[in-house]
Amino acid sequence: MSRYSLSHLGQLEAESIHIIREVVAEFDHPVMLYSVGKDSSVMVRLAQKAFPSGRMPFPLLHVDTGYKFQEMYDFRDRFVAEIGAELDVYRNEEAIAGGANPFDLGTQRCCGLLKTQALLQALRRGNYDAAFGGARRDEEKSRAKERVYSFRDRFGQWDPKNQRPELWSLYNGHHSAGENIRVFPLSNWTELDVWLYIYQEQIPIVPMYYARERDVIVRGEQLIPVERAGTSRLAPDEKVERVMCRFRTLGCIPCTGAVRSEAVTMEQIIEELMVARHSERITRVIDHDRDGSMELKKREGYF
Amino acid sequence: MSQAGAPSPVGGLLERHERSDLLRLLTCGSVDDGKSTLIGRLLHDSKTLYEDHLASLEADSRRVGSAGGAIDFSLLLDGLKAEREQGITIDVAYRYFSTPRRKFIIADCPGHEQYTRNMVTGASTANLAIVLLDARAGILQQTRRHSFIASLLDIGHIVVAINKMDLCDWSQEVFDRIRREFVEFATRLEVRSIHFIPISALRGDNVVEPSANMPWYRGVPLLDYLETVHIASDRNLIDLRFPVQLAMRQDASFRGFAGTLASGILRPGAEVMVLPSRQRTRIRSVVTWDGEQDEAFPPMAVTVTTTEEIDIGRGDMLVHPRNLPRVGQELDAILVWMSESPLDLQRTYRIKHTTREAHAEVTELRYRFDVNTLHREPAEGLSLNEIGQARIVVSRPLAYDPYRRNRATGSFILIDPVSNGTVAAGMILDRRGDDDQDEADEVSGSARSAQAVARGILRAHPSRVAPAERSERLGQEPATVWLTGLPKSGKSTLAYALERRLFDAGYLAHVLDGENLRLGISDNLGFAALERTENVRRAAHVAKLASGAALITIVALVSPEETGRAAARAIIGAERFLEVHLSAPVEACEARDDEGLYRRARAGEIDRFTGVSAPYEAPRAPALVLPTHEITVDEAVNRLVGLLAARGILRR
Ligand SMILES: Nc1nc2c(ncn2[C@@H]2O[C@H](COP(=O)(O)OP(=O)(O)O)[C@@H](O)[C@H]2O)c(=O)[nH]1
Repeated sequence: MSRYSLSHLGQLEAESIHIIREVVAEFDHPVMLYSVGKDSSVMVRLAQKAFPSGRMPFPLLHVDTGYKFQEMYDFRDRFVAEIGAELDVYRNEEAIAGGANPFDLGTQRCCGLLKTQALLQALRRGNYDAAFGGARRDEEKSRAKERVYSFRDRFGQWDPKNQRPELWSLYNGHHSAGENIRVFPLSNWTELDVWLYIYQEQIPIVPMYYARERDVIVRGEQLIPVERAGTSRLAPDEKVERVMCRFRTLGCIPCTGAVRSEAVTMEQIIEELMVARHSERITRVIDHDRDGSMELKKREGYF
Repeated sequence: MSQAGAPSPVGGLLERHERSDLLRLLTCGSVDDGKSTLIGRLLHDSKTLYEDHLASLEADSRRVGSAGGAIDFSLLLDGLKAEREQGITIDVAYRYFSTPRRKFIIADCPGHEQYTRNMVTGASTANLAIVLLDARAGILQQTRRHSFIASLLDIGHIVVAINKMDLCDWSQEVFDRIRREFVEFATRLEVRSIHFIPISALRGDNVVEPSANMPWYRGVPLLDYLETVHIASDRNLIDLRFPVQLAMRQDASFRGFAGTLASGILRPGAEVMVLPSRQRTRIRSVVTWDGEQDEAFPPMAVTVTTTEEIDIGRGDMLVHPRNLPRVGQELDAILVWMSESPLDLQRTYRIKHTTREAHAEVTELRYRFDVNTLHREPAEGLSLNEIGQARIVVSRPLAYDPYRRNRATGSFILIDPVSNGTVAAGMILDRRGDDDQDEADEVSGSARSAQAVARGILRAHPSRVAPAERSERLGQEPATVWLTGLPKSGKSTLAYALERRLFDAGYLAHVLDGENLRLGISDNLGFAALERTENVRRAAHVAKLASGAALITIVALVSPEETGRAAARAIIGAERFLEVHLSAPVEACEARDDEGLYRRARAGEIDRFTGVSAPYEAPRAPALVLPTHEITVDEAVNRLVGLLAARGILRR
């Protein structure tokens, strides 16, 4: 490579920083969705890098379902305190009080209430006109077509057939009151890019990404962690096993599967990924429910 | 992706990724030419597909596939449900894969004419376009349209992938015929490089692996080509353009300006001008989270601080004071209309250009392109997917370059202030082109050739070697050092001394001397005003040709008139033109005139002798003034070398 070229990670980083700065320049109340996962960690680091002092001129928003792993809550509180960020936590308390849970409602409806509805409520409450999300186009088919600036109407809905053309790096953030823009600074990153960057920048991540022995229920290809879910939901022929495994994505306890892995260091995780045979979303129960399920959720306002 | 069994140390892997760069490519072609199949094949054969994706692809193929139960790669790509049901690709889908050499971002664009805007969207960020066509059908209208859009958006490299060779008996004649036809058609486009590959996306021939079925094809498979095609040249490292995104005042002591470098190289200490205010200051530091930088280049996102506290805000642009973009409120541009509601010449739109927004009105529509025939036709308006040339007037001055010179400062979008939608994409044209045509000139051939160009008789052929490749090899940027001054002010002496010095330092420079020109290329010219002008024009064109070969040209010409030098500057390009004034006054020149020219001129033996019987107009804003009556030749050469180094022309 010649002297005046950036590596591909360098180019991705520059693009993301550019996007984050555009939003800060053009919107009144931006907020950054923070899901505690690795993509969020990277996005937060990019936001810090976008501002010389490292202080982000917007808060983080965690839409909490109450079903997250304890390790995630611990990590979140430590991380946010360390970087001196402002954190806004929102839960759909009404739905939680009404007993919303994936076992009785099914993952579709549960997510609808605790994530999608909660997110819309949180954005409305905070009067946020732009919300950064850590989604990447390589994650899933319908994401592959999403814009960097994704326009949402006042009901938070995405209209996939009528997206604004997005040219060069000229993003159009114009919107009317009540509408908002979801912004995806990591659009062009792949899972491997994210890990390489975490390694290169030494970004802190939740320890759940590393392999250790965990109590899980083996259900087909999936390893369901038993934490909190208890053993009461076991099917008759299932039992709890101790398996060396790790998490590739972090979600709610009942809906997040682990994968068998021996990777206890960052290097090993990356090596594992280089030869990975499965995409990360395979460990998300929700996407498998129905053909096009992600697209359906997104139309309704999900990230 | 690496399939190595033995674990490679991640350090090494990261190092490789440090070196790997990014290629953004666009795939287009007519429906059913096999685009989705090709991309699926690329992902599959480069081992990028995950097993679960493959499994759901197999399941989908059985259920809704059109490949009779076998893997239908197109299902992998057509992401949206609405599309899968209709079986067409509506929107641009982005795909990612990487090899040890490069990371690739594919913008997969829909084929139908009604999705021209989606293709323009995908093309706006691409370095390379794969135009796919079906060998049985040859070049279709869609092929022409897509190639035209690719050239309009100035995608540097086009790969024509001639697909379904398996259905044509792997025939070389078919391939050659299509190639000939395409080349013939492409001469009407402005594309820098075109490459042809015969493939079978379905069977994988020449996609990742070379094809045993087509031994007559001596080139590399598509993926090899994508991995090695040289794209660094797409970046403009010459013209410093730093559009300010945000003024940041983090605390009382720190005030910086954040932005992404659009082009050029930014270094602490450099003098910069703020546009449009034209205030000057110097860069104090270039800051990032990773510390202060010695230099920044595109597309780095940085924050700069300046030595003076001057008023700089979002939408301003920092540039080099001697290499200015145009600043103005009237633009000529190609517009691609992207909205259901047609262009309305009575309406006010918003324009977003770099980081600046303004009101904009389209005051005039010059013509519309028939995107299928490339003909220009008069038009009243533009509706969805139509492309035309227009004049746009904006409410605040914009600092811009022609799109072909600089994508980032030559592009804009128009936004509908009511619907908030993006209604048009714009590419700014070089205004010189059209306007200068009217200034006919008896002697000059330029007006005649301009007319020939306009009538489509003459055309500049694109080179397959990119400027940056040449510069890379020679370690220098092309430039013309234009030495102007009175006769005997020292132009030739200095020119040859500089040439020698540069050559000894490993650079390639050559001299165009007024006298030598008149002995050769200009031997039919006398010294009448028009003939002098023509001599300057010829010198400028020779310098321009040499600059196309990345050479440094040193011109030693009296060139007494401001207008003549301005014309030379326009021909050569302001950014490559360094005007140097040798300021020795008449007395000094006359004193060292060993040939007695001044004496003869005073005696009336030489007509129209500059300094005696013809005026000399000193440059108003030269890059350098050399008082050659006060300094030695060596010192003058030192200063010239210093200038060339400071401008980044000498890169070693
Ligand atoms: N025989 C043959 N068929 C092909 C080839 N490439 C694509 N096809 C078929 O052409 C049809 C259209 O391909 P598709 O990839 O969907 O085209 P798209 O509309 O350009 O994306 C499908 O039935 C493919 O199986 C090829 O190289 N050879």
